[in-house]
Amino acid sequence: MSQLTVNTALLRQILVGFIRDEVCKVGVTKGVLGLSGGIDSALVVFLAAEALGPENVHAVCMPYRTSNPQSEAHARLVAEACGVRFSVVPITPMVDAYFDSFPDADNMRRGNKMARERMTILFDQSALHGALVLGTSNKTELLLGYGTLYGDMASALNPIGDIYKSHVWQLSEAVGVPREVIEKKPSADLWDGQTDEQELGFTYRDVDELLYRLVDLRMTKAELVAEGFAPEFIDTVSRKVQNSHFKRRLPVIAKVSNRTIDRDFRYSRDWGK
Amino acid sequence: MDFTAALAQIKPKLGCLADNLTLVEEAVERGIREQADLILFPELALTGYFLKDLVPDVALSLDAPEIARLVALSRHIAIAIGLVEVTKDYRFFNTALYLENGAIRHLHRKVYLPTYGLFDELRYLARGDRFRAFDSKFGRLGMLICEDMWHLSAPYILAMDGATTLLCLSSSPGRGISTDDRLGSTAAWQRLTATTATFLNARVLYCNRVGYEDGVNFWGGSEAVAPSGIAITRGAIMDEDFVLAGLKEGELRRERIFSPMMRDENLALTVRELCRIEEESSR
Repeated sequence: MSQLTVNTALLRQILVGFIRDEVCKVGVTKGVLGLSGGIDSALVVFLAAEALGPENVHAVCMPYRTSNPQSEAHARLVAEACGVRFSVVPITPMVDAYFDSFPDADNMRRGNKMARERMTILFDQSALHGALVLGTSNKTELLLGYGTLYGDMASALNPIGDIYKSHVWQLSEAVGVPREVIEKKPSADLWDGQTDEQELGFTYRDVDELLYRLVDLRMTKAELVAEGFAPEFIDTVSRKVQNSHFKRRLPVIAKVSNRTIDRDFRYSRDWGK
Repeated sequence: MDFTAALAQIKPKLGCLADNLTLVEEAVERGIREQADLILFPELALTGYFLKDLVPDVALSLDAPEIARLVALSRHIAIAIGLVEVTKDYRFFNTALYLENGAIRHLHRKVYLPTYGLFDELRYLARGDRFRAFDSKFGRLGMLICEDMWHLSAPYILAMDGATTLLCLSSSPGRGISTDDRLGSTAAWQRLTATTATFLNARVLYCNRVGYEDGVNFWGGSEAVAPSGIAITRGAIMDEDFVLAGLKEGELRRERIFSPMMRDENLALTVRELCRIEEESSR
């Protein structure tokens, strides 16, 4: 009953074309991205290597001392498989220096801080290499708000923000992401033993089926129940989408003039490109 | 007459008139070199599509020097091209011009401005108010701009006004990924051009742009469709292309003999019924 199977050749063509076109039109030839060892960034680095040439893609692995060592090994494996430039910048010194002043900080604060630390590094590497930061958040994460605002959600261009996790798996197979990366359990790897699905309370497969119907097809709750989705599941997911909407928007601006940015001062980002 | 049409599947830059004019002139030169008689460009070829507040900044009045240059080139090849037009009373239209033998021979202002989903045209543009066929050296033509074609009445009116060739200038955003090897928008357009040609016993020349604007792709796939509904030739999907299509008068003649639906179309009946519907719905 899955409606989430797609033609991967066509999807690949569109996303590779997107990276090439949107990077090159701003007068840049390179991309930089964080490579976590997970599947999302692995897929993006494969697409970027195809679009820009592997020599023009800088992948940065940014482990913290509690990160699973397997993550860095997988990041290295992925970088080697697609031939991009690879470097490791540990974030332990910066993150620990900060939390020395706040030793009681919980996992969420620490996880968000790590994600934002990585963001600052990527944007600095962007300046270093003259490369645009490529985002690695998929549509499932973006809709659920399962990401850190101004952290892993920050980028210049996001090739996979309109494809669900289920599509990420399919496309990763098609472009040749190493099998061990495709098959392992998705994890933000912010603390030991964390997995996405455990933390979310449902599987990506299930939530993708629901989100596709809810968001893409705009089905009503009654239709979703008739399709076999539990009402509590629908409510939980709908609430997550609504409550995380702020993460998908620019900061709200108090309007006082006649022409306010993004309200009645409207231009495409590709203005003049 | 038999003639060769070129479909210039270009990638305009958003809001860059001068760059786009260069792109257009290069394609026109190529069309002349390759002995095409007519060259089609996409909708808003001179400006790009998601203009938003740029609309007034890139609009041209009909006496603009940019248009004069294209008019001059039309001494060598007929040109159909899309742009933003500004009128003396400062209305802005999504306009298609048909240039032939050094003159503007026809102007069509997009009537159906999509304002739903990813589209927002009516916020920025004024609506055209007519569909008119016109005579050219290739017989009687009709012009449509993208969304116009999705309204059955539009190509119907042009065909009833005698058009045997429909020129459709398009900036169609690609969307709707599925298991199919075509995007939903590609499949839908291909059904539409084929069906329109078949119903109206008319050729359809469809020119769609390529490139990306703010992550939205334009899928290309420009095509020349015979009056039988069969695509004679198609442009690349997602890539720039320059498509040449040879159009035979004999093919049009034979199709009109085999399938004389347009001959048999009852204009008076249609008008009578539409008038009745209008009257009843305004009560």
